[in-house]
Amino acid sequence: MALKMVKGSIDRMFDKNLQDLVRGIRNHKEDEAKYISQCIDEIKQELKQDNIAVKANAVCKLTYLQMLGYDISWAAFNIIEVMSASKFTFKRIGYLAASQCFHEGTDVIMLTTNQIRKDLSSPNQYDTGVALTGLSCFVTPDLARDLANDIMTLMSHTKPYIRKKAVLIMYKVFLKYPESLRPAFPRLKEKLEDPDPGVQSAAVNVICELARRNPKNYLSLAPLFFKLMTSSTNNWVLIKIIKLFGALTPLEPRLGKKLIEPLTNLIHSTSAMSLLYECVNTVISAHLKIPCACKKQYSVSICGKILFCLFSPTVKYLGLLAMSKILKTHPKSVQSHKDLILQCLDDKDESIRLRALDLLYGMVSKKNLMEIVKKLMIHVDKAEGTTYRDELLTKIIDICSQSNYQYITNFEWYISILVELTRLEGTRHGHLIAAQMLDVAIRVKAIRKFAVSQMAMLLDNAHLIASNTQRNGICEVLYAAAWICGEFSEHLEESNQTLEAMLRPKVTTLPGHIQAVYVQNMVKLYASILQQKEQAGEKEAAQEITQLMIDRLPQFVQSADLEVQERASCILQLIKYIQKLQIKEVPVAEEVIALFAGELNPVAPKAQKKVPVPEGLDLDVWINEPPSDSESEDEKPKTIFHDEEQRHSRHRQPEIDEEELARRREVRKQEQANNPFYIKSSPSPQKQYQDTPGVEHIPVVQIDLSVPLKVPGMPMSDQYVKLEEERRHKQKLEKDKKKKKQKKEKRGKHRRHNSLHTESEEDIAPAQHVDIITEEMPENALPSDEDDKDPNDPYKALDIDLDKPLADSEKLPVQRHRNAENLKLPDTETPLVGKKSKKPKKKEKKHKEREREKEKKKEIEKKVTEEGKKVITYDIQGNLQNDSQVTVSVIFENKSTSFLKSMELNVLDSLNAKMLRPEGSSVHDGIPVPFQLPPGISNEAQFVFTLQSIVMAQKLKGTLSFIVKNDDGSTHEKLDFKLHFSCASYLITTPCYSDAFAKLLESGDLHMSSIKLDGISISFQHLLAKICFYHHFSVVERVDSCASMYSRSIQGHHVCLLVKKVSNSVSVDGKCNDSTLLSNLLDEMKETLSKC
Amino acid sequence: MQFMLLFSRQGKLRLQKWYVPLSDKEKKKITRELVQTVLARKPKMCSFLEWRDLKIVYKRYASLYFCCAIEDQDNELITLEIIHRYVELLDKYFGSVCELDIIFNFEKAYFILDEFLLGGEVQETSKKNVLKAIEQADLLQEVSKWYFSCLSNSMLCSG
Repeated sequence: MALKMVKGSIDRMFDKNLQDLVRGIRNHKEDEAKYISQCIDEIKQELKQDNIAVKANAVCKLTYLQMLGYDISWAAFNIIEVMSASKFTFKRIGYLAASQCFHEGTDVIMLTTNQIRKDLSSPNQYDTGVALTGLSCFVTPDLARDLANDIMTLMSHTKPYIRKKAVLIMYKVFLKYPESLRPAFPRLKEKLEDPDPGVQSAAVNVICELARRNPKNYLSLAPLFFKLMTSSTNNWVLIKIIKLFGALTPLEPRLGKKLIEPLTNLIHSTSAMSLLYECVNTVISAHLKIPCACKKQYSVSICGKILFCLFSPTVKYLGLLAMSKILKTHPKSVQSHKDLILQCLDDKDESIRLRALDLLYGMVSKKNLMEIVKKLMIHVDKAEGTTYRDELLTKIIDICSQSNYQYITNFEWYISILVELTRLEGTRHGHLIAAQMLDVAIRVKAIRKFAVSQMAMLLDNAHLIASNTQRNGICEVLYAAAWICGEFSEHLEESNQTLEAMLRPKVTTLPGHIQAVYVQNMVKLYASILQQKEQAGEKEAAQEITQLMIDRLPQFVQSADLEVQERASCILQLIKYIQKLQIKEVPVAEEVIALFAGELNPVAPKAQKKVPVPEGLDLDVWINEPPSDSESEDEKPKTIFHDEEQRHSRHRQPEIDEEELARRREVRKQEQANNPFYIKSSPSPQKQYQDTPGVEHIPVVQIDLSVPLKVPGMPMSDQYVKLEEERRHKQKLEKDKKKKKQKKEKRGKHRRHNSLHTESEEDIAPAQHVDIITEEMPENALPSDEDDKDPNDPYKALDIDLDKPLADSEKLPVQRHRNAENLKLPDTETPLVGKKSKKPKKKEKKHKEREREKEKKKEIEKKVTEEGKKVITYDIQGNLQNDSQVTVSVIFENKSTSFLKSMELNVLDSLNAKMLRPEGSSVHDGIPVPFQLPPGISNEAQFVFTLQSIVMAQKLKGTLSFIVKNDDGSTHEKLDFKLHFSCASYLITTPCYSDAFAKLLESGDLHMSSIKLDGISISFQHLLAKICFYHHFSVVERVDSCASMYSRSIQGHHVCLLVKKVSNSVSVDGKCNDSTLLSNLLDEMKETLSKC
Repeated sequence: MQFMLLFSRQGKLRLQKWYVPLSDKEKKKITRELVQTVLARKPKMCSFLEWRDLKIVYKRYASLYFCCAIEDQDNELITLEIIHRYVELLDKYFGSVCELDIIFNFEKAYFILDEFLLGGEVQETSKKNVLKAIEQADLLQEVSKWYFSCLSNSMLCSG
C-alpha cells in the first residue's frame, strides 16, 4: 500500500499540473490540436491511477480543456470519483468539473445522489457549500426529488453561510420538482426575517423569482414585503422587492396607492441608477390599474428624466425600453417624443434601432401612420445591410396591418407602399409582401379595382422584378399579383394586355409554384375576356384570344415542374375544346366562367382548430380495424399526390343549399354580435368605388426605363400623404361647421353639453368606405385564448396555491434509514393557515361614492351579514351605463381567516329589475364570482341589472353562496343580503345652463311637487353639497340662500329643483316629467336631509 | 441569470458558467454565436443586445469581455453591477487582476464566482463576506495540500 502511494507521488512529479498545461497550450500555437490530444492521452493514463491527487489534477486539467471546447463527457465517472474524495481540495475540483460538464443527459448523475447527501450533512461547512454550489448547476428532477428534504433541513442550519446557499438552491429544486414548493414554503417565508442579511436577501431573491411568474399566489406576502422595502437599505434586495411589487400591483390595485410614497422617496433619494430604473419600471406597470391625474404627471416627468439622459447609449436603450412600457398606458406622453424616437432610427447601434422600431409600432395612430411609414421608407432606402432593411420591411408591414388594419385610412396608399417595397433588392420577405397584397385585396372589397390595376402593372413589369434570379425573394409578389389579377379579373381594364404579360416566355424562368399560379389564373382571365367579347359580339376577337392561349400554353406544358406541367396540359386541352366549339359558333363563355364562379372568403388561421368536436365523436377510435402491414404497402403509392390534390381543391366548397346557408349566417351573426373583438362591417350599403375622391388624381409617373429599379407607371405613396392631408383638412372644416350647428341646436333644446371638441382618432374617417371582411370561423367555434399559451413553460408547474394546508401526501420523500435524526416533517412545523378559532366580527362599511371615467356611479347599499362564523363585508356600488341597465359593483372582502372559494351570487329577480345572466341560464342560477378570496383580501366584481321602470325605488333580495376552506376541511355556506336601488341612483349628474334651465321650466310639461323641512342647522353651502353628492344634482344657479338645481335620469327625465333656506327651514320645490319619480326622489331627499 | 461568459478580444473563451442545463453542443453553439456578435459591436454602443428571447448584457474590462444572459424582465443595470462586482472581487483576490491570472487560475475564478452567485442569483452582496469565505476555503485547501505533501514526503523517505 505504502509503496503504491510512493509510486503515485513519484509519477506525480513528472505530471503536468494545470499551469503546465496552460503554458504548454500557449507554446504550441501552431499545432494546438495535436498537443492537446497528446495531453488528453496523458490525462487518461493519470485517471487510471489509484492516487486521488493525480486524478484530481487530471480532472482539473480536463475542466480547462472542456472550456476550450473539448468533449470530456467520457470522464464523467472519474469526476464522480474525485467528488467523493474526502479531502476538500479534491472535492472542490470534482464538484467544479461536475458543475461545468454535467447536464440532464449525463447518465452517471444518478450515482451522485448519495455522495451529495453525505456532503450536505458534512460537519465541514465548506464541504456542504461546495456540494450545494455544484448541485445548483446540475440538479435534475430525480436529484431534486431525492434531496429536497435534505436541502430543506439545511435552510435551518446554524451557519448563515449554509442557510443562504440552501435557500437559493431551493429555487432550482422547485423548478425541477414543483411538488416540493408547498411543503418548503413556510420555512422559506420564515427566512424572510432571518437575522442574517445574506440569508434574508437570498429568501427575497427566491420568493421574488417565484412570485414574478405566478404573482397571485403571493399576494398575502405583500405586507411583509412592504415592511422589508421600507426598512431595507440593501439596493440588491430593494430591486428584487420592487420588481415583485411590479408584478403584484396589477392584481391588487390598492397596493399601488401605498407604493407611491416609498417609491417616490426612493426615486428622489437613490443614487443608484439600477434602483431608480427599477422604481420607474414598477411605477409604469402600476399605472396599468390606477390612472389618476397626479401619477400621470409623475410618470411623464420620469419619462422626461430618462430622455434627459439620452446622451449615453446604455441609458438611451433603457429609456427607449421604458418608453415602450409607458406607451401602453400613456401613449400621448410618448407620442410627443416621436421625433426623438425617429432620430434613434439613425443610431449606429442596432439594439437601439430595433428598440426604436418597436416603439413606433405602438405609437402609430390614424393621424400619423402615413407620416411614420414615410419616414421608415426613407430609412429603408438608406439602410445598409439586408438584415436591418428586412427588419424595417417587416416592421412597416406589422405597423400597417396591426389590429386588422385599424390605422389605415387609405388602402390605396397602403397598396402603393407595398408596391414600392417590391423595389427592394435582395429581401427575403417577398412572401410577406405577397401575403399582405392578397389579404388586402381579398378583405377590402372597395380596394380591389385599384389593387388589380396595380397588380396588372406589376405583372407587366415582371421582367424588372424577376430580372435577377438572385433577387428571387421578391418575385414572390408575382404570385400575389397573378392571383389577384386572375381572381378579380372583372375589375381589369386592359385584360388582353395583362394576359399577354402573363404568357411571355420569360415567365418560364420563374419558380415553379409561381408559374403554377400564373397558369391557373390566366385561365380565369381568359374566361372573363371571353365573356366580354362574346357579350360584345366580337366573335373574331374571342377566337383570337383562344388562339393566343393555344399558341403560348405549350411552353408551360414543357415545364420541368410537375405542377405547372399538369395544370398547363389540362388547360390546353380545355381550350382546344373551347376552340372547337367556337368554330361551330356555339356560345361558350357562360360555361367557361362557371368554372370559376363563387366568392372566396378568407379563413381565419385558427379556424380549423376551433371546429368543435361533435358530440359522441371520438377521434381516437379506429373507424375501421387498422390495416395489416402488408395491405398498407399496397396503398402507399396512391397517396403520394394526395396532399397536392387537396391543395388545389380545397378552395371550392361543396354547394350548400340556401336554407342551410341562411341558418349558418344567422348563427354567425349572433356570435359576432356577442363577440366584442369582432369588427362589425358597416351596415350601410357599400359605396361605389367610383364615388370616392382621389381616383382621378392618381398621378402617373412618367415611364422611365433607364432607371430599372423604379417600376414605371406606379403611383407614388408620397403623393397620397399630401392628398390625405388635404382630405382630412376638408373633413375637419366640415365637421367644425357641423359642430357649431349642433352646439346651437343643443343649447336650444337644453341638452347637456358636449365636452370641448378636440381632434381625436375617431374623427378621421377613412378615405374609402372600407369593409374589412373578417376571416371566417367555423360555426360554433369555441372561443378560447388557450392557443397562445406555451404548454412547456417551466414556471407553469409552480403555479401552486400556497395558502392551502398541507396534505399528508405532500410530504417530501425522505430516506429513513439514514440521517433520520435530521428529519423533521415539514408540515408539522408551521401549518400554512393558522388554526386560530377567532370568530370574526360583524363589521359595517361606509358607503363610498366614486367617480370613474365619465359615468357616474352611485352607491346602492352596503350590506353585511353575520351568517355562520365568517363575515364578509360588502361595498355595493351602482354604476349607470345605458338607459335600462345598471351595473352594480360589489366589493367582497374576506374578514375571516379562512379561504373562500366557488362564490356564487344570486338575486331574486323582480318584475321590474332582473340580473343579467349568461344566455341559457335560468333565473335560479347564480352568477359565479370570477375569483377566490384568501383571508384578508378583497376584490371587486360587477353585475349588470336590467330595469324597466326607474320611477320607483327597488329592493332586491340576494344570496351569496361560497365554500369556506380551512384546516378542518371545507364547508358550504350562504350569506343573504339586500340590494337597494334608490331613485337617486338612476340620476346622472348633468350640468345645465341657466337659460336652458329657464326654458325647461317655461315649457310647462313638467309635474310639480314640493317638500318642506324644519330644524336644519347645517349651512346652505353644505346642504347643496349633500344634495349634489347623494342625489346627483348639479347647481344651475345660486343666489344667496336660494338655488336652482338640475339632474337627468338614465331614461331622460329632466328633474329641476328650487331649494330655499330661511333660517332653519328648508323648502324644496321640484319639477319633473314624471310625478312618481319626483315624489320618490323628494322622499329620499327628505330622509337624507332629516339626518343632518 | 441564465449564463455568464468571459472571453478575450480574440474570441477565446476564458470562463463559462451555465445556470441552465444545456448539452455541450448547444453551449458551444451559443458561445460561438455570442462571441461573434459581441465582438462585432463597436465600443460606443450600448451594453445590451437582444438575442433570441434573452437579453445579453456585456461589458469590456481591459482585454476581457464579461457577458451575461438575462431574461426579458430582469433589470439590465443590476446585471451590469453584478459584472462589475465580480470584477472587483477578482481584483481584490488576485490584486489588480489581469487576463493571465484568470487563465492560469481559472478554477479560482470559478470558486469566487460560485461564492458570489448561486444558481444565477446573487448569493452574497457583501464583498467582504465573499472574500472571507474564499480565503477560509483556500486555507482548508492549503492545509490539506500541505498535509498531503508532508505525508508523501515522509513516505518517500521511508520508502
